[in-house]
Amino acid sequence: MSEISVELPKSEPASRSFLGRLKDSDLLASFLSSKVTVVAGALTLIFFLAAVFAPLIAPTNPFDPASNFLIDSLNPPRFVTGGDARFLLGTDDQGRDLWSAILYGLRVSLLIGVFGVLLGGAIGITLGLIAGYAGGRIDSIIMRIADVQLTFPAILIALLVDGVVQALLKGQNREQTAFGILVISIGLSFWVQYARTVRGSTLVEKNRDYVQAARLIGLSPARILMRHILPNVMGPVLVIATINLALAIITEATLSFLGVGLPPTQPSLGTLIRIGQNFLFSGEWWIVTFPSITLAALVLAVNLLGDWLRDALNPRLK
Amino acid sequence: MIAFIIRRLFASIGVLIAVGLIAFLLFRYVGDPVNQMVGIETPESERVALRQQLGLNDPAIVQALRFLGHAARLDFGISYQFKQPVSELIGARMPATLELAFVASILSLLAGIPMGVYTALHRKSALAKLFEALSLVGISLPTFLIGILLIYLFAVTLGWLPSFGRGDVVHIGSWWTTGLLTASGLKSIIMPAITLALFQMTLIMRLVRAEMLEVLRADYIRFARARGLSERKVHFRHALKNTLVPVITVVGLQLGSIVAFSIITETVFSWPGMGQLFLQSVQNVDIPIMAAYLLFIAFLFVVINLVVDLLYAAVDPRLRVAIHGA
Repeated sequence: MSEISVELPKSEPASRSFLGRLKDSDLLASFLSSKVTVVAGALTLIFFLAAVFAPLIAPTNPFDPASNFLIDSLNPPRFVTGGDARFLLGTDDQGRDLWSAILYGLRVSLLIGVFGVLLGGAIGITLGLIAGYAGGRIDSIIMRIADVQLTFPAILIALLVDGVVQALLKGQNREQTAFGILVISIGLSFWVQYARTVRGSTLVEKNRDYVQAARLIGLSPARILMRHILPNVMGPVLVIATINLALAIITEATLSFLGVGLPPTQPSLGTLIRIGQNFLFSGEWWIVTFPSITLAALVLAVNLLGDWLRDALNPRLK
Repeated sequence: MIAFIIRRLFASIGVLIAVGLIAFLLFRYVGDPVNQMVGIETPESERVALRQQLGLNDPAIVQALRFLGHAARLDFGISYQFKQPVSELIGARMPATLELAFVASILSLLAGIPMGVYTALHRKSALAKLFEALSLVGISLPTFLIGILLIYLFAVTLGWLPSFGRGDVVHIGSWWTTGLLTASGLKSIIMPAITLALFQMTLIMRLVRAEMLEVLRADYIRFARARGLSERKVHFRHALKNTLVPVITVVGLQLGSIVAFSIITETVFSWPGMGQLFLQSVQNVDIPIMAAYLLFIAFLFVVINLVVDLLYAAVDPRLRVAIHGA
């Protein structure tokens, strides 16, 4: 008989209950009931697919200097008089096909956004779990740091981290380090929200019976946190992650626009807009317009999706 | 009350010292200060002498205290890039940024509060829907895109407003300069201020709307209506007044982020402010300016936080009682 009671707290029921709750909350029905959300979802999916399959869709590789010719520079889009049939959206000052550059830029922007959110989430969730579970002095130290960081806008933190990491990696090739620097800057500026939310949920969960039971059979705190508490605090984390993805994309674009992000040789959407801004007055409107529209549509779609997810997972709004 | 103020004051000083230590770590350990100051051909003996002279061989704690002491007297050393004292560089550019932030804050209040009240009172109207759609765009569009859009419309296409710079400025006193007294200065500030204000305006609008909706459900509003007060009086005397406490907080706290966000606006419009200086320092790894700017922003935030806390206590009588009771 004693064996049976030991069997009780396994990790699978915890994770299944989360998925089960997801299904019970009529998530799919609420998704389909709002037209705006469906459009935003479809748009987001298209953007992700375009980013993943960019090398297959794009006619040229904008990162490869050998396939771009200066003679093709500043061509207007195909549908404008004087446009070249080879270039759907025209070319930039280096003769790069803008359509290809946008596809690759989208890829870079999304990749950095996703990795930035993952890094921020990993830091925030870990610290939040530790703070909530350990309590006491560790808790107050972590939350104090979070409070102080929260008073600074994320973009400022990202800029500072960018500058510091650049200084530490001095002499390295910017083209090789830019990606990592951006991911670190974004990750370090967006962890606080996760930490606060996860800490709050952990404080509630840690007194539940299943956690007490897990503790009773002698599981290590790390295992309790990862296999038992974590699956039960993931709901709000998903919402934050979605909204933060939009913020991370904006942050990357802003940093690249400010000239401390990706270099012009491997442009993200922000870099393309930075390049295009220089041609605003000389009449080459397409270089700045198309990347801007892409960026705005992407951020808007992800934001709408995040708004919907927040409302759908919020039991109070039912 | 006094105990509350003193407690807040100590917390603020603690934050400042913590940020100061981070600034010191940046200053001292990111990049070698000596390498930045001397040429490549400087012999090793001179470097050692300079190192000794700068006190870089002292224990870290002594150096940290010295750094904090200098910082308290606004001495942040010499910029690597400009070879000028950092405090002079920042001081010269501060008026431009503060002026822009001030105008943007006023703008966001003047537009945001009425829009919020309107959308709360007329939830179903087309105009309210339009405002809400605009607010979503305002939150989703990156600041620099809004700036570029404005430049394209009003500078490139219509040619009404200048796309860069501050216009003519007038000196007031020994170091303050203002563009608000000249025609070209006023024209120049319109687009940057709108760009900077848009996000805050959205925030204020959403906040006022949410708070109004909350307050309008309260018993005392129903009671005011039952007393036969005019709708106008109910809405503005009773409802709006009670929504203003959180609005004060957010606007106050946002003032700091407006100054920080002006980095982007200043870059788009080539506005000669602190943000541009900071961005240059990040690009060129000019650590003294980065450290000083970090401390400046921290100081700003701490002061604003403190003032907002005190205002809170002054505006909301319930808090005052709670503080006395505690």
